[in-house]
Amino acid sequence: MSVKMQINGQEVQVQAPPASRLLDVLRVELGLKGAKEGCGEGECGACAVLVNGQVVNSCLIPLGQMDGAEIVTIEGVPGDSTLIQAFHDCAAAQCGICTPGMILAATALLAEHPQPTIDEIRWGLSGNLCRCTGYGRIYEAVTQASTGDTHG
Amino acid sequence: MIYPQRVDGLPKITGKALYVDDIPLNGVIHASTIRSSCAGGVVEELTFDPTFDWTPFVVVTAQDIPGLNAIKMLENDQPVLVDRVFRHAGEPLALLAHSDPCMLETALRHVHVRETPLAHPIFDIDEALGAESTIIPGNVYTDYLLNKGDVEQAQKNAECLIVERLLTPSQEQLYIEPQGMIAVLQEDGVLRIEGSMQCPYYVLDALEQCTGLDKNRLQVVQSTTGGAFGGKEDYPSMIACHAALLALKAGGLPVKLIYERGEDLRVTPKRHPSRSLVRLGANSEGELQFIDMDFAIDGGAYRTLSPVVLSRGVIHAPGPYRCANIRVRGRAVATNHPPFGAFRGFGAPQSIFALEVAMDRLAAKLNMDPAELRQKNLLHRGDVSPTGDLVGEDCFAQEILDEALRVSHYYERQDAFRVWNAAPHDTLRGIGLATFAHGAGFTGNGELYLASQVFLQAHADGQVEILCSNTEMGQGAATTLVQIAADALKLPLEQVHLAQTDTARVPNSGPTVASRTCMVVGDLIEKAAQRLLQKLRDEGGLAQTFTPAEFNAVCLRMQESGKDLLVSASYQPPVDMLWDEKSFTGRAYASYAWAAYIAEVEVDKLTLETRVLNFTAAQEIGHAVHPQIVQGQIEGGVVQGIGYALYENVLWNPFGVMANDRLTNYIIPTTADIGPLQIVLMEKGLGAGPKGAKGVGELPMDGPAPAIVNAIQQALKIDVAQIPAMPELLLDLSRAQRGSQCQ
Ligand code: FES
Ligand code: FES
Repeated sequence: MSVKMQINGQEVQVQAPPASRLLDVLRVELGLKGAKEGCGEGECGACAVLVNGQVVNSCLIPLGQMDGAEIVTIEGVPGDSTLIQAFHDCAAAQCGICTPGMILAATALLAEHPQPTIDEIRWGLSGNLCRCTGYGRIYEAVTQASTGDTHG
Repeated sequence: MIYPQRVDGLPKITGKALYVDDIPLNGVIHASTIRSSCAGGVVEELTFDPTFDWTPFVVVTAQDIPGLNAIKMLENDQPVLVDRVFRHAGEPLALLAHSDPCMLETALRHVHVRETPLAHPIFDIDEALGAESTIIPGNVYTDYLLNKGDVEQAQKNAECLIVERLLTPSQEQLYIEPQGMIAVLQEDGVLRIEGSMQCPYYVLDALEQCTGLDKNRLQVVQSTTGGAFGGKEDYPSMIACHAALLALKAGGLPVKLIYERGEDLRVTPKRHPSRSLVRLGANSEGELQFIDMDFAIDGGAYRTLSPVVLSRGVIHAPGPYRCANIRVRGRAVATNHPPFGAFRGFGAPQSIFALEVAMDRLAAKLNMDPAELRQKNLLHRGDVSPTGDLVGEDCFAQEILDEALRVSHYYERQDAFRVWNAAPHDTLRGIGLATFAHGAGFTGNGELYLASQVFLQAHADGQVEILCSNTEMGQGAATTLVQIAADALKLPLEQVHLAQTDTARVPNSGPTVASRTCMVVGDLIEKAAQRLLQKLRDEGGLAQTFTPAEFNAVCLRMQESGKDLLVSASYQPPVDMLWDEKSFTGRAYASYAWAAYIAEVEVDKLTLETRVLNFTAAQEIGHAVHPQIVQGQIEGGVVQGIGYALYENVLWNPFGVMANDRLTNYIIPTTADIGPLQIVLMEKGLGAGPKGAKGVGELPMDGPAPAIVNAIQQALKIDVAQIPAMPELLLDLSRAQRGSQCQ
């Protein structure tokens, strides 16, 4: 089937079976390799992207549901965004495989709670596994991005 | 900004870093592995359906192996591909590759394997030790004895004695990037392997042995690695050999062999399960009279790294305590599980768990506070260590415990919890601790055998490259090593770069394991930097103090006059580092980091679910080269330790393979489980690394499990002798306790 989407602000048309996973469409068809496959079953969040502002695991989304959707991947987040800078300042990425998904989950979190409490951060990121950091530097980065407070 | 930003930060955060699955390839073919299904036995027949068209496939079996059919490790016992006899379920039998992953899946259904299973597979440590049927003679890969003083004699005089049997389960590393490799036979005849790994030279050696190719026809390159924690120490050699064998038959097409999560969980090595029988004796003052431990780990079906995991476990078993009589017998046992391997801590978390939980039992029996029992027995300068070595200036066991007690408000919390528990709340609270030390670097003479080497290469434009085989896998090595070099060269950070880990360019500076990179390799880089400066002074007239511009000018001049700008440094053992592997005596590690961890937990009375309320991790680490990276390492390790203590439970199917092979049923901590942790760093600057640094990577894995279990015991007033302390276990224990009280 043919599906029309907005990806990172650009109109994209994809020709693929409706059951194709959005993750494969992004990575293989469109070469957007920032979304990673950590589990392939919706548990780790490494493949997270924003669909119409909501954070979703792209490994679980069939292309068939994406007609007309607005999608943001890590490639669509400006490199100088406060969130990316904060993750960099706080050394919140270690191996980095979870980070693109974390950034998108944090983007959705901050859209909803511009000044999140630590509990809101914990809740907002609970769909994204990180095995390296123990989450401490990530909490700090999200807090820094929300307050602009840079004592790193 | 206080600390330099991570050199690998931005590419990762912006999604631009290329992990093995992201590398663009032309004409790639995808590979798959055909495996045994029984827990050991004989492959009677491996049939490729003759009615199926195999021409577009690349097929590899044991018969196609040009070199030796064994993975190069401590012993050549593990086949690259099973020929006939095999020891565990999930062993590789054959390999298939095709450009279309769907075709590959179809083809797999046309391969038929007929196996005669082993009559009595063994999955339990004690069963293996007593079994008549054997996997190897006696079912013991390695048998070590650390023996100091006279335990038998001391036992007669001990006034207080406890005996405990403690169990720890396997644990999965669960790096978020599954394992994978790409292999291609290039036009120049070089077989190039690129992938996710910790130890490129292990992979290179394994490829040489299995392909029979000369090392100059082999090239191993590390791609950005999405976590490892030990899990990518030995198994990448297996995957690389498989991809390479396919590539040799693929007519120049790149072969991509990436495991999906389930396969990764089922077949790659995990933490060794352990069983410890511990006897401790003390006098009525609480002074340890003897430590006696029978420590056994499940090595699985092949030897792989078990002997070295075992030796670290044995050396760490007596803890940071002064005790004249110590006996630790350690055995790595053969079973029909897939081989167990390296995971952060490498045997130490298992034996430290056993000792530290036993210490709390001893305290209870002595009617003494657990902290006080430890205060009485911690090593001090001038004491003799468990391995018979004199404890020198670099000993901070006491200081770090005092600090941990202070910042955690240990005694106040204890009182508060007593009050809480007496009141009608839905939960019970407890506080527990563990004191321990972790040796950094290879055990004993390991560094000597490794003979690591690093190069520094300056270029005409004044840029300096570090050439070493140590890998960045998230732990921050790239930043830390650049920082050490830049610091020693007195150059800005931007002028120093860590070269990509490519065996065609970098010398062998040893594997990236054992918390050795910053301490041992960092030290070599510092030495090489001094040599480079000396060379530029002697041969290029560089002044004693210089600006980067002057440095650059000297490099340019030397290059133009045909002088080389390369220096190297090789490992030289410290003069006082004597270790006797046979008797387990002497100096086991170049440096120990000292730690005291304190856990506060709350257990729901109804569900028996445990929540960590607060966690204090205090450690003396010599010197923090990059405090923010150190903090991240410790937080990450502590959280893995919390998972080990409370949630992570590898379950086995009847064939001895991980049954909960998905992220839906193998549970690791999420943000919802983990609040902020209190990390305390003490830096006394006496370690063997740059500015007195010590390795810190593994240390944080040792303490959480015993501290948490000790806290749960305080809360529930029951004895917990195994992890993970899941509600089901605590329920059984509470019932049993109530049952025994009624009798
Ligand atoms: S890969 Fe999609 S959630 Fe893990
Ligand atoms: S940084 Fe490695 S998994 Fe999060």
